[in-house]
Amino acid sequence: MNFDLTKEQKMIRDVVREFAQGEIAPRAREIDRTGQFPLDIIKKMADLDLMGLPFPEKYGGAGADYVSYCLAVEEISRACASTGLTYEAHISLGCMPIYLFGTEEQKEKYLVPLCRGECLGAFGLTEPNAGSDAGATQTTAVEDGDWWVINGSKCFITNASYARFVTITAVTDRALGKRGISNFIVPTDAPGFTIRATYEKMGLHGSNTTELFFDNVRVPKENLLGERNKGFKQFLQVLDGGRIAIAAMAVGIAQACLDAALAYARERVQFGQPIARFQAISFKLADMATNIELARTMYLKAAWLKDQGRPVTKEAAMVKVFASEMATRAALDAIQIHGGYGYMKEFPVERYLRDAKLLEIGEGTSEINRLVIARAIGCYL
Amino acid sequence: MKIVVLPKQTFDTEAKITLDAAGKINREGVNLIMNPYDEFAVEEALRLKEKHGGEVTVVSFGGPKVPDILRQALAMGADKAVHVGDEGLEEIDEHTTATILAKLLRDLEYDLILAGWRAIDDGSAQVAGRVAEILGLPMVNMVIKLDIAEGKAVASREIEGGYEVVEVPLPAVITAQKGLNEPRYPTMKGIMQAKKKPMQKLTIADLGLGGEEVAPKVRARRYYLPSPRSQGKIITGEPAEAAAELVRLLREEAKVV
Repeated sequence: MNFDLTKEQKMIRDVVREFAQGEIAPRAREIDRTGQFPLDIIKKMADLDLMGLPFPEKYGGAGADYVSYCLAVEEISRACASTGLTYEAHISLGCMPIYLFGTEEQKEKYLVPLCRGECLGAFGLTEPNAGSDAGATQTTAVEDGDWWVINGSKCFITNASYARFVTITAVTDRALGKRGISNFIVPTDAPGFTIRATYEKMGLHGSNTTELFFDNVRVPKENLLGERNKGFKQFLQVLDGGRIAIAAMAVGIAQACLDAALAYARERVQFGQPIARFQAISFKLADMATNIELARTMYLKAAWLKDQGRPVTKEAAMVKVFASEMATRAALDAIQIHGGYGYMKEFPVERYLRDAKLLEIGEGTSEINRLVIARAIGCYL
Repeated sequence: MKIVVLPKQTFDTEAKITLDAAGKINREGVNLIMNPYDEFAVEEALRLKEKHGGEVTVVSFGGPKVPDILRQALAMGADKAVHVGDEGLEEIDEHTTATILAKLLRDLEYDLILAGWRAIDDGSAQVAGRVAEILGLPMVNMVIKLDIAEGKAVASREIEGGYEVVEVPLPAVITAQKGLNEPRYPTMKGIMQAKKKPMQKLTIADLGLGGEEVAPKVRARRYYLPSPRSQGKIITGEPAEAAAELVRLLREEAKVV
């Protein structure tokens, strides 16, 4: 048993922390207020080789592991959750399906520019009528000679406005139900493919959230990603990894809550002393710190399991539920500790709450993740 | 061009300094970093390498955590590192460190030696100068701009009220002042590749040194912490009266006006 990070993991965490606190954190409030996508920050992240962090060097990656990547997600999200989500979706949802299921040619063509940060990665899974019930996908792909013809739509898709291509799920054999779904790589400039980013969101304003519309979009046969009709299993595997990273994001936001609330509680004087000295406040902070430590330890364990190539479905679901719900509570407590100031946009904690809430929903709701856990421990035998 | 940089590991700038039971500076649990002025030196070496080609070697003397800062320099882009351990040395001073570094440098090839002008911990600003003296090299201190051409270094340094531009033949020792450059973040690939770069570990005995040669000439007799800052005083009352009271206190109590 060894809980130490490796020297490389530690250095990656420290460098990303310094970069995120120095270059991203000072911009977070403005990014939230304007909803402007921070392309210049993404460019700097690409210059640091962050955009391909956990992928081999031969695909333009940095050759680090999933643990390092999750540490980076935590640090970036601690500074700005919008940027954290952009990064998480790029790696876990954009790059990962191509890395896991792509042919050598597909990796050369699609993974390399993603890792270099030349464009952002996006994954089109959710549909208006297929959220938690992802097997109910309605988008279809029909074979036509050397082509697939895609029709349908997707919603809540992160990063697509800045993507050159999007990996999507589509039904290729209606009779097989969820066993008739396949993944396709669709270039964003394909005729009939429309991307719209008009959502008004509660938080994560600096993350690009889009709808995708496919009107007889034709992609060549070789754009099928992975085996035909194996799409459902494939995206479940992709989501396992994504959930660990979402947990790391949650830890980052919760850490930011603790940083802000602790600093405030030490400075804010009431009844003649800093409110951090009152048990009502200090115990809130103690609980926050405890929960953050637990969630961090668990995401690191899950990421380590993934690095070892071991099964991680249950652990990923566990830490996703625990960390995301923990982050929302941390944000609520941070607001409470700030009192009236916490309700004001002058302080960052109301933003943390709006940003944290999404993590209980995206990449598998808490309810779906509890279902995964209950299934894994044998409730439904 | 072959460049050697001499970084030192220091306490984090935000570290809280405490004394242990023996009255020595407590090193337990303190976050250690590369001395910030040495980061400027490493960055300058890398920029010179990028411009002129060559090789950057980082050399540091100190305890078992020193490889951390050497690895940082390798991750930034330095080519190789040498760590001289401090095993067997109870006490050291600037003479000790400079003697050890200079001895090692005699075995290395270099056109330029770079270091920070001082370390942020003891701040004595002596080691680079002593190394230059032992090796018989010209030295320019507190440099904010550096150009290398035709076997010469042209360096700008701040002096009282202005700047001085000096020229020295290479090899030379140059020390970095804030303003020389903005150190880069190590890239992720740099971090991953650092572990494949050579890091040599030497002892003082390996350098053929020991005993009196490296014994300190200066010994710290006592360390003590500054007394805690006393509470400020708020003078209340009408502005005119308060101002008069402030002047009285400044004159009679603080004795500064």
